[in-house]
Amino acid sequence: MSFVEGLSCRECGRMYPISAYNACEFCFGPLEVTYDYEAIKKVISRESIEAGPQTIWRYSDLLPTKATPNLDLGTGYTPLLRADHLASELGLRNLYIKDDTRNPTGSFKDRVVSVALSKARELGLKVAACPSTGNLANSVAAHAARAGMEAYIFVPANLEHNKIAMSAIFGGNLIAVDGNYDQVNRLCAELAMIHDNWAFVNVNVRPYYAEGSKTLAFEVVEQLGWQLPDHVVVPIASGSQLTKIHKGFNELATLGLSEENHVRISGAQALGCSPVAQAFLSNADYITPVKPDTIAKSLAIGNPADGWYALETIRKTGGGAAAVSDEELLEGIRLLAKTEGVFAETAGGVTIASLVKLVSSGVIKPDETVVAYITGNGLKTIEALGDKVGPTTTISPNIDSFEEFLHR
Amino acid sequence: MSVTVRIPTQLRSLTDGLAEVQVEGGTVKEVVTNLEQTYPGIGERLLDESGALRRFVNVYLVDEDIRFLQGLDTEINSGQSLSIVPAVAGG
Ligand SMILES: Cc1ncc(COP(=O)(O)O)c(C=O)c1O
Ligand SMILES: [Zn+2]
Repeated sequence: MSFVEGLSCRECGRMYPISAYNACEFCFGPLEVTYDYEAIKKVISRESIEAGPQTIWRYSDLLPTKATPNLDLGTGYTPLLRADHLASELGLRNLYIKDDTRNPTGSFKDRVVSVALSKARELGLKVAACPSTGNLANSVAAHAARAGMEAYIFVPANLEHNKIAMSAIFGGNLIAVDGNYDQVNRLCAELAMIHDNWAFVNVNVRPYYAEGSKTLAFEVVEQLGWQLPDHVVVPIASGSQLTKIHKGFNELATLGLSEENHVRISGAQALGCSPVAQAFLSNADYITPVKPDTIAKSLAIGNPADGWYALETIRKTGGGAAAVSDEELLEGIRLLAKTEGVFAETAGGVTIASLVKLVSSGVIKPDETVVAYITGNGLKTIEALGDKVGPTTTISPNIDSFEEFLHR
Repeated sequence: MSVTVRIPTQLRSLTDGLAEVQVEGGTVKEVVTNLEQTYPGIGERLLDESGALRRFVNVYLVDEDIRFLQGLDTEINSGQSLSIVPAVAGG
Protein backbone atom coordinates (compact mmCIF):
# COMPACT_ATOMS: atom_id res chain seq x y z
CA MET A 1 0.00 0.00 0.00
CA SER A 2 1.34 3.42 -0.83
CA PHE A 3 -0.11 6.78 0.16
CA VAL A 4 1.99 8.80 -2.25
CA GLU A 5 0.23 11.60 -4.12
CA GLY A 6 3.05 12.67 -6.39
CA LEU A 7 6.12 14.85 -6.54
CA SER A 8 5.93 18.56 -5.83
CA CYS A 9 8.53 21.28 -6.33
CA ARG A 10 9.74 22.52 -3.00
CA GLU A 11 10.29 26.01 -4.45
CA CYS A 12 7.27 26.72 -6.68
CA GLY A 13 4.83 23.92 -5.84
CA ARG A 14 4.37 22.57 -9.39
CA MET A 15 3.25 18.93 -9.30
CA TYR A 16 4.85 16.05 -11.21
CA PRO A 17 3.87 12.38 -11.57
CA ILE A 18 5.85 9.66 -9.77
CA SER A 19 8.87 9.00 -11.99
CA ALA A 20 12.66 9.06 -12.02
CA TYR A 21 12.89 12.84 -11.96
CA ASN A 22 14.44 15.12 -9.35
CA ALA A 23 14.33 18.77 -10.40
CA CYS A 24 11.51 21.11 -11.37
CA GLU A 25 11.24 21.87 -15.10
CA PHE A 26 10.52 25.47 -14.31
CA CYS A 27 12.78 26.57 -11.46
CA PHE A 28 15.15 23.61 -10.98
CA GLY A 29 13.90 23.30 -7.38
CA PRO A 30 14.05 19.88 -5.73
CA LEU A 31 11.05 17.59 -6.09
CA GLU A 32 9.57 16.20 -2.88
CA VAL A 33 7.32 13.20 -2.35
CA THR A 34 3.90 14.25 -1.05
CA TYR A 35 1.49 11.96 0.80
CA ASP A 36 -2.21 11.77 1.57
CA TYR A 37 -1.88 12.22 5.35
CA GLU A 38 -5.64 11.98 5.91
CA ALA A 39 -5.63 8.48 4.43
CA ILE A 40 -2.51 7.49 6.39
CA LYS A 41 -4.12 8.75 9.59
CA LYS A 42 -6.92 6.22 9.16
CA VAL A 43 -4.60 3.21 9.11
CA ILE A 44 -1.52 4.13 11.13
CA SER A 45 -1.12 3.94 14.89
CA ARG A 46 1.66 3.43 17.40
CA GLU A 47 0.49 -0.17 17.70
CA SER A 48 0.50 -0.81 13.93
CA ILE A 49 4.06 0.47 13.74
CA GLU A 50 5.19 -1.51 16.79
CA ALA A 51 3.81 -4.70 15.21
CA GLY A 52 5.98 -4.19 12.10
CA PRO A 53 9.40 -5.65 11.24
CA GLN A 54 12.52 -4.52 13.14
CA THR A 55 13.69 -2.51 10.12
CA ILE A 56 12.92 0.79 8.43
CA TRP A 57 10.00 -0.97 6.74
CA ARG A 58 7.97 -0.74 9.95
CA TYR A 59 7.32 2.83 8.72
CA SER A 60 6.40 1.83 5.17
CA ASP A 61 3.13 3.80 5.31
CA LEU A 62 5.35 6.90 5.38
CA LEU A 63 7.76 5.75 2.68
CA PRO A 64 7.22 6.11 -1.08
CA THR A 65 7.37 2.46 -2.18
CA LYS A 66 4.65 -0.13 -2.76
CA ALA A 67 6.39 -2.99 -0.90
CA THR A 68 6.37 -5.41 -3.82
CA PRO A 69 8.50 -6.52 -1.95
CA ASN A 70 10.95 -3.94 -0.65
CA LEU A 71 14.69 -4.41 -0.87
CA ASP A 72 15.80 -5.44 2.60
CA LEU A 73 19.22 -6.23 4.05
CA GLY A 74 17.91 -5.58 7.56
CA THR A 75 18.43 -1.84 7.65
CA GLY A 76 17.21 0.36 10.47
CA TYR A 77 15.74 0.09 13.94
CA THR A 78 19.28 0.59 15.19
CA PRO A 79 19.91 1.08 18.93
CA LEU A 80 19.23 4.35 20.69
CA LEU A 81 21.81 4.23 23.47
CA ARG A 82 21.60 6.27 26.63
CA ALA A 83 25.00 7.94 26.92
CA ASP A 84 25.36 8.69 30.62
CA HIS A 85 29.16 8.76 30.72
CA LEU A 86 29.46 11.15 27.83
CA ALA A 87 26.57 13.18 29.27
CA SER A 88 28.29 13.67 32.59
CA GLU A 89 31.54 14.55 30.83
CA LEU A 90 29.67 17.32 29.01
CA GLY A 91 27.34 18.38 31.82
CA LEU A 92 24.16 17.14 30.14
CA ARG A 93 21.37 15.24 31.88
CA ASN A 94 19.75 13.25 29.08
CA LEU A 95 21.95 12.35 26.15
CA TYR A 96 21.37 9.57 23.63
CA ILE A 97 23.42 8.19 20.76
CA LYS A 98 21.50 6.98 17.71
CA ASP A 99 23.90 4.23 16.74
CA ASP A 100 23.60 3.97 12.98
CA THR A 101 27.02 2.34 12.72
CA ARG A 102 24.99 -0.90 13.01
CA ASN A 103 23.40 -0.91 9.58
CA PRO A 104 24.25 -3.65 7.03
CA THR A 105 27.03 -1.67 5.34
CA GLY A 106 27.86 0.40 8.42
CA SER A 107 26.16 3.72 7.76
CA PHE A 108 22.80 5.47 7.61
CA LYS A 109 23.08 5.36 3.82
CA ASP A 110 21.48 1.90 3.92
CA ARG A 111 18.23 3.69 4.82
CA VAL A 112 18.19 5.95 1.79
CA VAL A 113 19.49 3.26 -0.58
CA SER A 114 16.90 0.67 0.52
CA VAL A 115 14.18 3.13 -0.38
CA ALA A 116 15.82 4.46 -3.56
CA LEU A 117 16.52 1.06 -5.11
CA SER A 118 13.18 -0.42 -4.02
CA LYS A 119 11.57 2.46 -5.88
CA ALA A 120 13.95 2.08 -8.84
CA ARG A 121 12.91 -1.56 -9.24
CA GLU A 122 9.28 -0.54 -9.03
CA LEU A 123 9.86 2.03 -11.79
CA GLY A 124 11.43 -0.70 -13.92
CA LEU A 125 14.99 0.66 -13.77
CA LYS A 126 17.65 -2.05 -14.08
CA VAL A 127 20.91 -0.25 -13.34
CA ALA A 128 21.94 1.29 -10.00
CA ALA A 129 24.37 4.20 -9.97
CA CYS A 130 25.59 7.06 -7.78
CA PRO A 131 28.27 9.63 -7.11
CA SER A 132 29.47 9.06 -3.54
CA THR A 133 31.79 10.27 -0.81
CA GLY A 134 32.16 6.61 0.19
CA ASN A 135 29.36 5.38 2.40
CA LEU A 136 26.75 5.66 -0.29
CA ALA A 137 29.03 3.71 -2.63
CA ASN A 138 29.29 0.88 -0.07
CA SER A 139 25.55 0.76 0.32
CA VAL A 140 24.59 1.01 -3.35
CA ALA A 141 27.11 -1.73 -4.19
CA ALA A 142 25.63 -4.08 -1.60
CA HIS A 143 22.00 -3.37 -2.37
CA ALA A 144 22.52 -3.62 -6.13
CA ALA A 145 24.07 -7.06 -5.58
CA ARG A 146 21.14 -8.06 -3.41
CA ALA A 147 18.67 -6.80 -6.01
CA GLY A 148 20.54 -8.39 -8.92
CA MET A 149 21.01 -4.97 -10.52
CA GLU A 150 23.99 -3.87 -12.54
CA ALA A 151 25.91 -1.08 -10.77
CA TYR A 152 28.04 1.93 -11.74
CA ILE A 153 29.49 3.61 -8.70
CA PHE A 154 31.52 6.81 -8.97
CA VAL A 155 33.85 7.94 -6.17
CA PRO A 156 36.77 10.36 -5.76
CA ALA A 157 39.94 8.32 -6.36
CA ASN A 158 41.48 9.42 -3.04
CA LEU A 159 38.88 7.74 -0.77
CA GLU A 160 39.81 5.73 2.32
CA HIS A 161 41.05 2.25 1.44
CA ASN A 162 38.28 0.45 3.28
CA LYS A 163 35.58 2.39 1.49
CA ILE A 164 37.15 1.51 -1.86
CA ALA A 165 37.44 -2.18 -0.92
CA MET A 166 33.92 -2.31 0.44
CA SER A 167 32.53 -0.73 -2.72
CA ALA A 168 34.43 -3.15 -4.96
CA ILE A 169 33.71 -6.44 -3.21
CA PHE A 170 30.07 -6.60 -4.29
CA GLY A 171 31.06 -6.91 -7.92
CA GLY A 172 29.58 -3.83 -9.62
CA ASN A 173 31.58 -1.33 -11.64
CA LEU A 174 33.53 0.96 -9.33
CA ILE A 175 34.67 4.06 -11.19
CA ALA A 176 37.39 6.03 -9.39
CA VAL A 177 37.44 9.63 -10.62
CA ASP A 178 40.47 11.90 -10.48
CA GLY A 179 38.71 14.77 -8.80
CA ASN A 180 36.89 15.79 -5.63
CA TYR A 181 33.33 14.80 -4.76
CA ASP A 182 31.77 17.92 -6.25
CA GLN A 183 33.39 17.08 -9.58
CA VAL A 184 32.18 13.47 -9.36
CA ASN A 185 28.72 14.78 -8.53
CA ARG A 186 28.65 17.11 -11.50
CA LEU A 187 29.80 14.29 -13.78
CA CYS A 188 26.98 12.07 -12.56
CA ALA A 189 24.40 14.84 -12.86
CA GLU A 190 25.32 15.07 -16.55
CA LEU A 191 25.54 11.29 -17.01
CA ALA A 192 22.08 10.90 -15.48
CA MET A 193 20.69 12.97 -18.35
CA ILE A 194 22.35 10.66 -20.89
CA HIS A 195 21.61 7.33 -19.15
CA ASP A 196 18.16 8.35 -18.04
CA ASN A 197 16.95 4.76 -17.61
CA TRP A 198 19.52 4.18 -14.85
CA ALA A 199 18.73 4.84 -11.20
CA PHE A 200 21.29 7.34 -9.96
CA VAL A 201 20.11 7.03 -6.38
CA ASN A 202 21.00 10.58 -5.33
CA VAL A 203 20.31 12.22 -8.69
CA ASN A 204 17.24 11.20 -10.70
CA VAL A 205 15.66 9.08 -7.93
CA ARG A 206 16.77 11.48 -5.20
CA PRO A 207 13.22 12.38 -4.11
CA TYR A 208 12.71 8.75 -2.95
CA TYR A 209 16.26 8.33 -1.67
CA ALA A 210 15.90 11.37 0.59
CA GLU A 211 12.68 10.05 2.17
CA GLY A 212 14.66 7.17 3.71
CA SER A 213 16.29 9.55 6.19
CA LYS A 214 12.92 10.31 7.81
CA THR A 215 13.20 6.92 9.52
CA LEU A 216 16.03 8.41 11.66
CA ALA A 217 13.42 10.70 13.19
CA PHE A 218 10.68 8.05 13.44
CA GLU A 219 12.91 5.55 15.25
CA VAL A 220 14.23 8.03 17.78
CA VAL A 221 10.72 9.12 18.74
CA GLU A 222 9.45 5.56 18.99
CA GLN A 223 12.51 4.51 21.01
CA LEU A 224 11.96 7.42 23.41
CA GLY A 225 8.48 6.01 24.11
CA TRP A 226 6.81 8.24 21.49
CA GLN A 227 8.35 11.36 23.01
CA LEU A 228 10.15 13.93 20.90
CA PRO A 229 13.69 14.83 21.95
CA ASP A 230 14.38 18.50 22.65
CA HIS A 231 17.47 18.82 20.51
CA VAL A 232 19.26 16.69 17.92
CA VAL A 233 22.73 17.05 16.38
CA VAL A 234 23.05 15.93 12.76
CA PRO A 235 26.10 15.87 10.47
CA ILE A 236 25.75 17.72 7.18
CA ALA A 237 27.20 16.89 3.76
CA SER A 238 24.50 17.60 1.14
CA GLY A 239 22.10 18.57 3.94
CA SER A 240 19.48 16.04 2.85
CA GLN A 241 19.58 13.95 6.02
CA LEU A 242 19.14 16.94 8.34
CA THR A 243 16.25 18.30 6.31
CA LYS A 244 14.49 14.93 6.22
CA ILE A 245 14.91 14.29 9.94
CA HIS A 246 12.94 17.49 10.40
CA LYS A 247 10.29 16.30 7.95
CA GLY A 248 10.08 13.03 9.91
CA PHE A 249 9.36 14.78 13.21
CA ASN A 250 6.76 16.94 11.47
CA GLU A 251 4.99 13.93 10.00
CA LEU A 252 4.67 12.18 13.36
CA ALA A 253 3.08 15.31 14.78
CA THR A 254 0.78 15.72 11.76
CA LEU A 255 -0.43 12.14 12.22
CA GLY A 256 -0.98 12.57 15.96
CA LEU A 257 1.68 9.96 16.77
CA SER A 258 3.62 12.51 18.83
CA GLU A 259 3.05 15.92 20.38
CA GLU A 260 3.71 19.06 18.35
CA ASN A 261 7.18 19.26 16.82
CA HIS A 262 9.46 21.64 18.72
CA VAL A 263 12.68 19.69 18.17
CA ARG A 264 15.69 21.99 17.78
CA ILE A 265 18.02 20.75 15.04
CA SER A 266 21.72 21.59 15.06
CA GLY A 267 24.15 20.91 12.21
CA ALA A 268 27.68 19.52 12.41
CA GLN A 269 30.39 20.11 9.81
CA ALA A 270 34.15 19.81 9.49
CA LEU A 271 35.90 23.18 9.44
CA GLY A 272 37.60 22.31 6.14
CA CYS A 273 34.19 21.90 4.50
CA SER A 274 31.61 23.95 6.37
CA PRO A 275 29.56 26.00 3.91
CA VAL A 276 26.33 25.55 5.88
CA ALA A 277 27.85 26.19 9.32
CA GLN A 278 29.68 29.29 8.01
CA ALA A 279 26.47 30.66 6.48
CA PHE A 280 24.67 30.10 9.78
CA LEU A 281 27.43 31.63 11.90
CA SER A 282 27.78 34.67 9.63
CA ASN A 283 24.02 35.17 9.29
CA ALA A 284 24.20 34.86 5.51
CA ASP A 285 21.10 34.11 3.46
CA TYR A 286 22.98 32.17 0.82
CA ILE A 287 25.48 29.31 0.81
CA THR A 288 28.92 30.05 -0.58
CA PRO A 289 30.41 26.87 -2.08
CA VAL A 290 33.89 25.83 -0.93
CA LYS A 291 36.70 23.51 -2.00
CA PRO A 292 36.81 20.84 0.74
CA ASP A 293 39.96 20.17 2.75
CA THR A 294 39.27 17.78 5.64
CA ILE A 295 39.88 14.18 6.70
CA ALA A 296 36.09 13.86 7.12
CA LYS A 297 35.80 12.73 3.51
CA SER A 298 32.28 11.39 3.92
CA LEU A 299 31.13 14.95 4.64
CA ALA A 300 33.30 16.66 2.01
CA ILE A 301 30.65 18.23 -0.20
CA GLY A 302 31.60 21.82 -0.96
CA ASN A 303 28.47 22.69 -2.93
CA PRO A 304 25.65 21.04 -0.96
CA ALA A 305 22.41 20.46 -2.86
CA ASP A 306 20.23 20.90 0.23
CA GLY A 307 22.55 23.34 1.98
CA TRP A 308 20.01 26.12 1.80
CA TYR A 309 17.22 23.96 3.27
CA ALA A 310 19.50 22.65 6.01
CA LEU A 311 20.35 26.24 6.94
CA GLU A 312 16.68 27.22 6.91
CA THR A 313 15.77 24.21 9.07
CA ILE A 314 18.46 25.01 11.64
CA ARG A 315 17.24 28.62 11.88
CA LYS A 316 13.55 27.78 11.92
CA THR A 317 13.92 25.20 14.69
CA GLY A 318 16.17 27.37 16.87
CA GLY A 319 19.17 25.09 16.49
CA GLY A 320 22.80 25.99 15.97
CA ALA A 321 25.77 24.93 13.88
CA ALA A 322 29.37 24.06 14.56
CA ALA A 323 32.47 23.62 12.43
CA VAL A 324 35.22 21.50 13.97
CA SER A 325 38.86 20.99 13.05
CA ASP A 326 40.34 17.65 12.03
CA GLU A 327 42.06 17.49 15.45
CA GLU A 328 38.75 18.10 17.21
CA LEU A 329 36.91 15.47 15.19
CA LEU A 330 39.59 12.87 15.95
CA GLU A 331 39.20 13.76 19.64
CA GLY A 332 35.44 13.35 19.13
CA ILE A 333 35.90 9.81 17.81
CA ARG A 334 38.09 8.98 20.81
CA LEU A 335 35.74 10.57 23.34
CA LEU A 336 32.71 8.64 22.08
CA ALA A 337 34.66 5.38 21.95
CA LYS A 338 36.08 5.64 25.45
CA THR A 339 32.96 6.95 27.18
CA GLU A 340 30.29 4.87 25.44
CA GLY A 341 31.90 1.98 23.59
CA VAL A 342 30.77 3.14 20.16
CA PHE A 343 33.32 3.43 17.36
CA ALA A 344 32.35 6.08 14.83
CA GLU A 345 33.87 7.09 11.53
CA THR A 346 35.04 10.66 10.89
CA ALA A 347 31.47 11.93 10.37
CA GLY A 348 30.60 10.69 13.89
CA GLY A 349 33.70 12.46 15.19
CA VAL A 350 32.40 15.65 13.60
CA THR A 351 29.04 15.12 15.31
CA ILE A 352 30.53 14.52 18.76
CA ALA A 353 33.03 17.39 18.48
CA SER A 354 30.17 19.64 17.36
CA LEU A 355 28.04 18.44 20.29
CA VAL A 356 30.90 19.41 22.63
CA LYS A 357 31.10 22.88 21.04
CA LEU A 358 27.36 23.46 21.06
CA VAL A 359 27.15 22.53 24.75
CA SER A 360 30.09 24.69 25.78
CA SER A 361 28.78 27.67 23.79
CA GLY A 362 25.38 27.32 25.51
CA VAL A 363 23.38 26.51 22.35
CA ILE A 364 22.50 23.11 23.84
CA LYS A 365 21.08 23.49 27.34
CA PRO A 366 22.00 21.07 30.15
CA ASP A 367 18.39 20.06 30.80
CA GLU A 368 17.52 19.29 27.18
CA THR A 369 17.00 15.71 26.02
CA VAL A 370 19.62 15.49 23.29
CA VAL A 371 20.18 12.92 20.55
CA ALA A 372 23.45 12.79 18.58
CA TYR A 373 23.17 10.94 15.27
CA ILE A 374 26.23 8.71 14.78
CA THR A 375 25.84 7.84 11.14
CA GLY A 376 28.89 5.76 10.15
CA ASN A 377 31.14 2.99 11.47
CA GLY A 378 34.72 3.65 12.60
CA LEU A 379 36.12 0.62 10.81
CA LYS A 380 35.57 2.48 7.55
CA THR A 381 38.00 5.30 8.30
CA ILE A 382 40.70 3.59 10.35
CA GLU A 383 43.45 5.39 8.45
CA ALA A 384 42.17 8.77 9.64
CA LEU A 385 43.37 7.77 13.11
CA GLY A 386 46.93 7.53 11.77
CA ASP A 387 49.46 6.59 14.42
CA LYS A 388 47.19 7.84 17.20
CA VAL A 389 46.10 4.28 17.93
CA GLY A 390 48.24 1.25 18.62
CA PRO A 391 49.30 -1.11 21.37
CA THR A 392 49.85 0.35 24.85
CA THR A 393 53.03 -1.71 24.93
CA THR A 394 54.71 -4.63 23.17
CA ILE A 395 56.03 -7.36 25.45
CA SER A 396 57.87 -10.69 25.23
CA PRO A 397 55.70 -13.82 25.51
CA ASN A 398 56.37 -14.41 29.21
CA ILE A 399 54.91 -13.50 32.60
CA ASP A 400 57.82 -11.36 33.76
CA SER A 401 57.59 -9.17 30.73
CA PHE A 402 53.91 -8.44 31.42
CA GLU A 403 54.38 -7.94 35.16
CA GLU A 404 57.18 -5.53 34.44
CA PHE A 405 54.82 -3.51 32.26
CA LEU A 406 52.09 -3.65 34.92
CA HIS A 407 54.39 -2.24 37.61
CA ARG A 408 56.22 0.19 35.36
CA MET B 1 32.67 34.14 -30.67
CA SER B 2 30.54 31.03 -30.78
CA VAL B 3 30.21 29.02 -27.56
CA THR B 4 28.92 25.46 -27.15
CA VAL B 5 26.35 25.23 -24.33
CA ARG B 6 25.14 21.92 -22.88
CA ILE B 7 21.43 22.11 -22.08
CA PRO B 8 19.86 20.04 -19.26
CA THR B 9 16.76 17.90 -19.82
CA GLN B 10 14.64 20.46 -17.97
CA LEU B 11 15.28 23.11 -20.65
CA ARG B 12 15.20 21.02 -23.80
CA SER B 13 11.53 21.76 -24.44
CA LEU B 14 12.78 25.29 -25.17
CA THR B 15 15.66 24.25 -27.44
CA ASP B 16 13.67 22.00 -29.79
CA GLY B 17 14.99 19.00 -27.88
CA LEU B 18 18.64 19.92 -28.47
CA ALA B 19 21.10 18.82 -25.76
CA GLU B 20 23.79 21.12 -27.12
CA VAL B 21 23.46 24.51 -28.79
CA GLN B 22 25.82 27.15 -30.19
CA VAL B 23 25.40 30.80 -29.22
CA GLU B 24 27.54 33.92 -29.38
CA GLY B 25 29.03 35.58 -26.29
CA GLY B 26 32.26 36.62 -24.60
CA THR B 27 30.96 36.29 -21.03
CA VAL B 28 28.48 33.96 -19.34
CA LYS B 29 26.00 36.84 -19.08
CA GLU B 30 26.22 37.53 -22.83
CA VAL B 31 25.68 33.86 -23.56
CA VAL B 32 22.55 33.82 -21.39
CA THR B 33 21.24 36.97 -23.10
CA ASN B 34 21.81 35.44 -26.52
CA LEU B 35 20.28 32.12 -25.45
CA GLU B 36 17.13 34.06 -24.52
CA GLN B 37 17.13 35.75 -27.95
CA THR B 38 17.30 32.43 -29.77
CA TYR B 39 15.22 30.36 -27.34
CA PRO B 40 12.74 32.73 -25.68
CA GLY B 41 11.85 31.75 -22.11
CA ILE B 42 15.19 30.23 -21.20
CA GLY B 43 16.41 33.42 -19.49
CA GLU B 44 13.86 33.36 -16.69
CA ARG B 45 14.61 29.70 -16.06
CA LEU B 46 18.25 30.51 -15.40
CA LEU B 47 18.06 33.91 -13.73
CA ASP B 48 15.83 35.16 -10.92
CA GLU B 49 13.99 38.50 -10.86
CA SER B 50 17.15 40.33 -9.76
CA GLY B 51 19.14 38.90 -12.66
CA ALA B 52 21.20 36.56 -10.48
CA LEU B 53 21.75 32.89 -11.26
CA ARG B 54 18.94 30.83 -9.70
CA ARG B 55 19.84 28.96 -6.50
CA PHE B 56 19.34 25.51 -8.00
CA VAL B 57 21.22 26.05 -11.26
CA ASN B 58 24.92 25.31 -11.60
CA VAL B 59 26.83 26.66 -14.59
CA TYR B 60 30.27 25.27 -15.39
CA LEU B 61 32.89 26.79 -17.65
CA VAL B 62 34.71 23.64 -18.79
CA ASP B 63 35.43 22.03 -15.35
CA GLU B 64 34.85 24.94 -12.99
CA ASP B 65 31.65 26.16 -11.32
CA ILE B 66 31.33 29.82 -12.34
CA ARG B 67 30.59 30.66 -8.69
CA PHE B 68 34.31 30.01 -8.11
CA LEU B 69 35.14 32.31 -11.05
CA GLN B 70 33.54 35.70 -11.67
CA GLY B 71 29.96 34.38 -11.75
CA LEU B 72 27.94 35.73 -14.68
CA ASP B 73 30.80 38.11 -15.53
CA THR B 74 33.18 35.20 -16.13
CA GLU B 75 34.93 35.60 -19.48
CA ILE B 76 34.84 32.75 -21.95
CA ASN B 77 37.88 32.00 -24.08
CA SER B 78 37.74 30.59 -27.56
CA GLY B 79 37.03 26.86 -27.56
CA GLN B 80 35.68 26.73 -23.99
CA SER B 81 32.22 25.25 -23.46
CA LEU B 82 29.51 25.93 -20.89
CA SER B 83 27.36 23.34 -19.10
CA ILE B 84 24.09 24.11 -17.38
CA VAL B 85 23.38 21.46 -14.73
CA PRO B 86 20.58 21.20 -12.13
CA ALA B 87 22.09 21.61 -8.65
CA VAL B 88 19.76 19.22 -6.86
CA ALA B 89 21.99 16.17 -6.86
CA GLY B 90 24.27 14.38 -4.46
CA GLY B 91 24.60 13.35 -0.89
C1 LIG C 1 28.40 8.86 7.59
C2 LIG C 1 27.68 10.00 6.96
N1 LIG C 1 26.99 10.82 7.75
C3 LIG C 1 26.32 11.87 7.24
C4 LIG C 1 26.33 12.18 5.89
C5 LIG C 1 25.60 13.40 5.41
O1 LIG C 1 24.47 13.15 4.68
P1 LIG C 1 23.76 14.26 3.78
O2 LIG C 1 24.50 14.29 2.47
O3 LIG C 1 22.38 13.77 3.63
O4 LIG C 1 23.86 15.58 4.49
C6 LIG C 1 27.04 11.34 5.03
C7 LIG C 1 27.04 11.64 3.58
O5 LIG C 1 27.70 11.02 2.78
C8 LIG C 1 27.73 10.23 5.57
O6 LIG C 1 28.43 9.39 4.79
ZN1 LIG D 1 9.68 24.67 -9.26
